[in-house]
Amino acid sequence: MIPLSWYIILSSTLFIIGIAGILLRRNLLIILMSLELILNSVNINLVAFSYFLQDIRGQMFAIFVITVAAAEVAVALSILVALVRNRATVTVDDMNIMKG
Amino acid sequence: MVVEDKFYNLIFAIFILQFREHDMEKLFFLTFAAIAVISALAVVSVRNPVHSAIALIVCLFQVAAVFILLRSPFLAAVQVFIYVGAVMVLFLFVIMMLDIKRAVITSFLPSGRFWIIALLLLLIGEIVFTLADSKLVDIQMAQASLDGTVMEIGKAMFSTYLLPFEIVSVILLVALMAAIVMGRKEIK
Repeated sequence: MIPLSWYIILSSTLFIIGIAGILLRRNLLIILMSLELILNSVNINLVAFSYFLQDIRGQMFAIFVITVAAAEVAVALSILVALVRNRATVTVDDMNIMKG
Repeated sequence: MVVEDKFYNLIFAIFILQFREHDMEKLFFLTFAAIAVISALAVVSVRNPVHSAIALIVCLFQVAAVFILLRSPFLAAVQVFIYVGAVMVLFLFVIMMLDIKRAVITSFLPSGRFWIIALLLLLIGEIVFTLADSKLVDIQMAQASLDGTVMEIGKAMFSTYLLPFEIVSVILLVALMAAIVMGRKEIK
């Protein structure tokens, strides 16, 4: 029997690694992969609480998170392809055309 | 010689029995968690995006294994099919479509970004503090009422969660159209 805290520690570790990837890397592809890492850590948390509270809602939420993540990746990668076609860069520091 | 063999057999049996009794699950969990954390570190620290994507695939497999330890095999299958089968293949296709020689080699940890490290340390401290203070962390398992079968998930999805299911299907349709529009040769 694995205590719940182990799952929570694993998911927070993956979450922190994902945040570090988003903040430290400048490559847009790596940033998107770190985003996937964060969504997965959240899914671990949801499923762990679903198992420990014996409630199906956590698993349903995790399924919806996976679906929306797939849609998000499809849109983000198509934007990335259009961007690379126009600007020839995947570095986020060079994407300053909107003066954000 | 024979005595030695018997001795080793006894040691082996004790080891296996102990792990079979209560620690085997923990052993598996620790293995999966260690591989997941190491490959996640590889995702954010490797220079080449292809290597990073492959490390992410390894990490997603470990997460699927953790789902199996949590008695939700359907979610583990969904994880492998959608993430490893669809999302990561999409990632690899896009990486290989792009001009890899020019685009890949980016500097890791640009200088003069101490506030990022400070922010990360703040986040880590906050998470540790919250977890150490929380009462939810060491709850015991509730009365077992969930089998984790596909039937349960299907019943919930098509009765209680029918509206979110439909909304998610619309989101997928919109994402499909957006990907087609953005992927066209020239945007008018």
